[in-house]
Amino acid sequence: MFHDVGSKGYISLEELKAKEDYPTVERLEKGPIAIIECLQDIPCNPCQDACPVGAIKFSQQDITGIPLLDQEACLGCKKCISSCPGQAIFVVDYSFSEELGTLTFPYEYLPLPQEGAELPGVSREGKEVCPVTVVKVEQRPNLNKTALVTIAVPKEYLEIVRFIKYRRDGVSNE
Amino acid sequence: MCRIINHPIVEREERKNVTIYVDGKKLEAKEGEMIAAALLANNIHTFRYTKKQREPRGIFCGIGQCNDCVMIVDGVPNTRTCVTPVRDGMVITTQKGLGKIGDHNAL
Amino acid sequence: MLYDVLIVGGGPAGLGAAINAAKAGASVLLLDENHLLGGQLFKQIHKFFGSQDHYAGWRGIDIGQKLLREAAEAGVKIKLNSRVVGCLEDGLISVYEEQTGKLIGYKSKKVILAVGAKENAVSFPGWTLPGVMTAGAAQTFANVHGVLPGKKILVIGSGNVGLIVSYQLTQAGADIVAIVDALPGISGYGVHASKVSRLGIPFYLKHTISRASGEDRVQSAEIVQIDKSFDPIPGTEKQFKVDTVLLAVGLSPKVELATMLGCDFHYEPRLGGHTILHDKNMETSVKGVYVCGDLAGVEEASTALEEGRLAGVAAAESLGYLEPSQALRLKKDIWKNLNELRKGTFGEARRDAKEHLLTMLKEVGSGRVV
Ligand SMILES: Cc1cc2nc3c(=O)[nH]c(=O)nc-3n(C[C@H](O)[C@H](O)[C@H](O)COP(=O)(O)OP(=O)(O)OC[C@H]3O[C@@H](n4cnc5c(N)ncnc54)[C@H](O)[C@@H]3O)c2cc1C
Ligand code: SF4
Ligand code: SF4
Ligand code: FES
Repeated sequence: MFHDVGSKGYISLEELKAKEDYPTVERLEKGPIAIIECLQDIPCNPCQDACPVGAIKFSQQDITGIPLLDQEACLGCKKCISSCPGQAIFVVDYSFSEELGTLTFPYEYLPLPQEGAELPGVSREGKEVCPVTVVKVEQRPNLNKTALVTIAVPKEYLEIVRFIKYRRDGVSNE
Repeated sequence: MCRIINHPIVEREERKNVTIYVDGKKLEAKEGEMIAAALLANNIHTFRYTKKQREPRGIFCGIGQCNDCVMIVDGVPNTRTCVTPVRDGMVITTQKGLGKIGDHNAL
Repeated sequence: MLYDVLIVGGGPAGLGAAINAAKAGASVLLLDENHLLGGQLFKQIHKFFGSQDHYAGWRGIDIGQKLLREAAEAGVKIKLNSRVVGCLEDGLISVYEEQTGKLIGYKSKKVILAVGAKENAVSFPGWTLPGVMTAGAAQTFANVHGVLPGKKILVIGSGNVGLIVSYQLTQAGADIVAIVDALPGISGYGVHASKVSRLGIPFYLKHTISRASGEDRVQSAEIVQIDKSFDPIPGTEKQFKVDTVLLAVGLSPKVELATMLGCDFHYEPRLGGHTILHDKNMETSVKGVYVCGDLAGVEEASTALEEGRLAGVAAAESLGYLEPSQALRLKKDIWKNLNELRKGTFGEARRDAKEHLLTMLKEVGSGRVV
């Protein structure tokens, strides 16, 4: 019930991919799509309300169910990312270029990364994986202070990288 | 300095500076803030010493419940600094033991 | 002046109670010992879970602001810096006024207690050193006062408070070196744990803190692995250079005032320990005295708000401000919300414990009459 996240502190790729709604390779290659990394039945559903096309459904009638993505319906529009109090939704796009895909993730730190900057990309565990390039940084009033950062990541690491190395005022996470 | 200047979520209005005197030293504080906040911002973490063992004490609960953070404030001992706001010209003294009324050992 | 309803504590529970009682037409006095209302809400700068009915996606601070506006609009009379210290003869509630230093008695037809919970502590060598503090203290300094209590921080406890405070302190610029828990699993939500894992913060499960050391302030801390009976395993010690150790080891309802008023209580570890018994309307064993929020069992801000609303509606109803049918409609909505919030793996234990509490209360009015 508590999955790997309860013993390690992060979701393992295996259990994420074992979830019935994990997008197929064909769907991933088509274009941007949400990856919902929320596996526990907590009472919560703003992601469902945020989605303009109703692509997020719940495994149960009430809000405690686990969110499930309708991969054909999802447009990859990123609207659900900042709605999620758990910061558990990412959007990946394998169609970005030949070698690179993009990852969009929620970011609530200052300073915001600069577009064009090259930074270390880190895994769900916070380990450095590979250098990534910041493609886009979005901050708008309706995001309610959760910025959206999009980075370009070599495709072979796109399911592993989930964040950038966090650094602030000389304080680092090392 | 441990003041949080740029916070991604919390916006804070600029506040006027006031002067407080801590163990005789002149320090800057922000108008209306709690004494304990002003001390932490000035890197002061020890607020008093206990009566018997002379052990140092600082902030513990931060909301006026535990009495760990008491100091002598304008001559009044056992003042909970985490819930008492600063005042321009306030005189604050590290409390040793239970403190005496009018104990300005800094001045 | 004789108030219809006197409410002690202006966190989400007390505010919810005040708003709903005043909206129904009751005259309401809300007392809080703090210099501002909101209880824990103004420390909670993260987005809340729940559904639209429970302000999901709103940050705690913004919910707090909204409740303050609603209370003012509903005509709630508010007195800050006023600590309720007990109860005098004739049911007078005695209040210590910080500014004047005076003890004042207030009389009301109904009393709603919403004083919240206190943070638990654990003791270990060095635990009284400056730099060892509760997680809530660090949260108050960073999020309310705008000052970081430390730069390199070890957190004890992996429940939601420990996880959220760790995340928030990194937002304020601090470095969390590790999160330690005696249990073999992380007790908070996985999504909260994932947020701090991404920052590279390690969890040390089946570990406990064995000491904090330093001259006048914490300079280092030592943790040690523990076996099945929670005994330290020699040779597994690890040292961290830190200036701060945060204790996030649970909350206990602040039952003193309620027990002083004669309310019956029961020990319920799933709700934080000694918990005040109440019925479906939040009324206690003392007629006319209601409890809500953390005092009625430690849960979350969203449940505290709903319970407060329930107590406010029930008090207004018993004073004749609401028709029974009107009141029932309001209460049904609140019960439905509370049920939703108590579902799922995490909520079920709380729901079962709450239901058990309901059966423990013999009847309203069975307690000592004050
Ligand atoms: C440090 C901490 C962090 C938390 N973090 C979260 C979180 O992130 N998310 C979440 O959902 N829940 C959190 N909780 C759990 C908590 O259940 C709720 O957040 C919620 O605030 C409880 O509401 P309440 O109104 O019952 O109590 P509180 O919010 O604690 O309010 C109680 C109020 O009563 C006042 N008071 C107390 N005693 C007296 C007295 N004698 N006289 C007058 N006034 C008095 C206090 O000043 C306070 O304003 C946290 C709790 C704590 C202690
Ligand atoms: S990315 Fe857009 S379409 Fe896809 S689930 Fe999120 S909100 Fe819905
Ligand atoms: S909003 Fe986020 S945390 Fe809540 S159910 Fe959806 S994915 Fe999970
Ligand atoms: S730190 Fe506990 S009373 Fe001030």
